[in-house]
Amino acid sequence: MYDQQLLVEMKGISKVFNGVKALRNVSLKIRKGTVHALMGENGAGKSTAMKILSGIHKPTEGSILVEGKEIFLDNPKMALDNGIAMIHQELSPIFEMTVAENIFLGREPIYPKIHLVNYPKMYKDTKKMFENLGLSIDPKQRMKELSVSEIQMVEIVKAVSYDSKVIIMDEPTSSLADKEVEQLFSIINRLKKEGKGIIYISHKMDEIFQIADDITIFRDGEYISTNLAKTLDHDSLIKQMVGRELTDIFPERSKSVKDQIALSVEGITAKGYFQNVSFQLREGEILGLTGLMGAGRTEIAKAIFGMIPLESGTIKLKNKEVKIKGPKDAIKHGIAFVTEDRKEEGLVLPMSVKQNITISSLHKFTSGPMMKRDLETQVVDDMIKKLKIKTYSRNQLVETLSGGNQQKIVLAKWLLTDPKVLILDEPTRGIDIGAKTEIYKLMDQLTKEGYSIIMISSEMPEVLGMSDRIIVLSEGKVTGTLRPKEATQEKILSLATANKMGV
Amino acid sequence: MNSHVSTNNTQLIKKRSPKFGHLLSEYGILLALTALVIVITILSPNFLTTSNMLNLFKQVSINAILAIGMTFVVLTKGIDLSVGSILAFSGIVTASLVTGNDTNLFLGIAAGLGTGLVLGLVNGLVVAKWKVAPFIVTLGVMSIARGLTYIYSNGRPISGLSNSFLVIGTGGFLGIPISVWIVLIVFGFCSVLLYRTKLGRHIYAVGGNENAAKTSGLNVDRTLMSVYCISGLLAGLAGVLLTSRVSSGLPQAGMSYELDAIAAVVIGGTSLAGGRGRLWGTLVGALIIGVLNNGLDLLAVSSYWQQVVKGTIIIIAVLVDRKRV
Ligand SMILES: Nc1ncnc2c1ncn2[C@@H]1O[C@H](COP(=O)(O)OP(=O)(O)OP(=O)(O)O)[C@@H](O)[C@H]1O
Ligand SMILES: [Mg+2]
Repeated sequence: MYDQQLLVEMKGISKVFNGVKALRNVSLKIRKGTVHALMGENGAGKSTAMKILSGIHKPTEGSILVEGKEIFLDNPKMALDNGIAMIHQELSPIFEMTVAENIFLGREPIYPKIHLVNYPKMYKDTKKMFENLGLSIDPKQRMKELSVSEIQMVEIVKAVSYDSKVIIMDEPTSSLADKEVEQLFSIINRLKKEGKGIIYISHKMDEIFQIADDITIFRDGEYISTNLAKTLDHDSLIKQMVGRELTDIFPERSKSVKDQIALSVEGITAKGYFQNVSFQLREGEILGLTGLMGAGRTEIAKAIFGMIPLESGTIKLKNKEVKIKGPKDAIKHGIAFVTEDRKEEGLVLPMSVKQNITISSLHKFTSGPMMKRDLETQVVDDMIKKLKIKTYSRNQLVETLSGGNQQKIVLAKWLLTDPKVLILDEPTRGIDIGAKTEIYKLMDQLTKEGYSIIMISSEMPEVLGMSDRIIVLSEGKVTGTLRPKEATQEKILSLATANKMGV
Repeated sequence: MNSHVSTNNTQLIKKRSPKFGHLLSEYGILLALTALVIVITILSPNFLTTSNMLNLFKQVSINAILAIGMTFVVLTKGIDLSVGSILAFSGIVTASLVTGNDTNLFLGIAAGLGTGLVLGLVNGLVVAKWKVAPFIVTLGVMSIARGLTYIYSNGRPISGLSNSFLVIGTGGFLGIPISVWIVLIVFGFCSVLLYRTKLGRHIYAVGGNENAAKTSGLNVDRTLMSVYCISGLLAGLAGVLLTSRVSSGLPQAGMSYELDAIAAVVIGGTSLAGGRGRLWGTLVGALIIGVLNNGLDLLAVSSYWQQVVKGTIIIIAVLVDRKRV
């Protein structure tokens, strides 16, 4: 098919989980020195295919070839030995250990005779690796002291350090700021030049067109096509992924904003997070809250939800001051909070889809102390249908769901609490384009039904496309309020960096 | 032609094997129990007799009750080391109130259960409100309760209990010992609590992800307190039962019973990491331990070797069961 040498080939791979087919006869060919984007909707089987390639899952059928030779991968170590390294969608470093210890985990350099770990060498080598990639992270720092993006970088360095031929990146940018994304891309380009193959999974279209050479598309566990990136355009890519034409990503915003004020915050301050923040949310309004990472957006949401105590300022619901001491209070007052970190704060992973969806609204499904199980089942099934959650059973454990579907579970959970004010923190992170549109439509629908929404987002198109008003934050302060008509990407960016440059 | 046949074959196997593996991992411990029973029956003809079975069930009942309580605690990622001592204290308290023949039986039993409940509440309060590790808290209460037992009884057994009280531990109903009835009732009641009520859901959620549970608006503290109360109350019940069976309150009763209870929970497939587990597994786990104890006794294995065998089988049982995700 291509003239260049193939690094890795997956042939006719199928995978069955508990009798359900997650992958059907899919194929993938990775060329030397290229970035190969793997695209598809949530649950299309991208992560599963990559877990097979990296030795975590065993394929039910099919074969894997590395440089033309068939190999059998029993565990991740064998994949590493064959030059295949994976950076997972959900990172799991050992937080109590240092950066260098994490990178050299399982292959620590030792002093030959006495068999003790050679720490000086370990730190020196790590430092050199970072320098080679233009990074400035201290190898002696503990993992838990790093930011999410730094952890991401460490994982990449670790993957590269195995002298891998193929590096798999599963949604590496989902928690990175723009600047960090650029840094990642420059690293990727460097790896490309060294002749490595990168498999890149992402739901962000613009990234794909910026970085990918080849694009392979999966849909519902099936292989659809492989194309050169330059022969594809935005629309045809989406069409192949979704299986139908998708014209408008953002719905026409309904005129749902009313005069009444649903929520107002007045001069709230929490030291170290944000100062003197005021804004009002009208009924039926979508208020976009944007800014750079670390601007204090999430913290404001947490404060409204009672998870961070306020030093001063007041919060009013429908012009009545409320004291919210914790999530329980907040929920009682009709506030819902879809957190940005679904694994840490959103989901109970070892519980089922059903149990997660109803966990915040169990009082609706009880008579006396007993659960009304038929009612629960029925409501859960309705939610699964309404949000188009892809699951083979309402009793499936959420830990085995694809990332995007997990996000929908969190949303479903909060909708069942009958909130009046919905706070959505990065609501479409890791969600495929089709599901995104669904969620946007849903947001619009909800505001028509009288819900009010605060949407925290770093994605400019989303902020511009969905908000009725946009509030920009910088370093914990409000630096501007814009109407979407007057707002542009540049204006928002300059407000978002206002405090930084002003001082 | 050939290849056609073989694909059909693989498809068949594929369809069946995951289901079969699933069943095996779900009900593996039942298989283990059955195998154990078969082996011991072959080796000792006295094992599968009505009288020995009744005896075995009576022996198992104490550990089963403790282990059911322990399951609740372990599901929340906790542990309760104090159940053995609570059992002793509750037993002594009840014993002291039911001596002689014109005593208020109800009061005596209620006091024993109440003692267990209060000590469980202490465990729960310190764990939930002050965030002290359950291991430490219950280790402390284990020592406190044992000390109180000796103080209360002056270190001496309390005997001469009323005959009507002794019926609980020795009597039967429809040919089945009352203690077995009690286990069945406790099991039924706790199953409903765990699987059919809000509290049950909350217990799994808190154990599975405390952060998410809190963010979802659950009362995490109250959930934690509940599980230690349940465990304490059931330890109290076990104390009352044991006192009745041995017809005296023994201050040294229940030594290291917590370990058998934890073993039953773990063998039963409940994860010490919290959030995963099942009550019927615990019951089977308690039966496995009971069958082992009883069987090795019948086979006249020395008590030293009994410990070695028991420990080995516990580890093997957990290994077999670990296939469950
Ligand atoms: N361990 C597992 N057990 C059972 N089913 C699983 C398991 N892992 C994945 N699945 C199922 O396989 C399908 C594919 O999931 P996968 O995680 O590969 O999707 P994905 O393409 O990576 O989606 P996303 O973009 O949301 O991350 C899903 O339906 C998922 O529920
Ligand atoms: Mg994925």
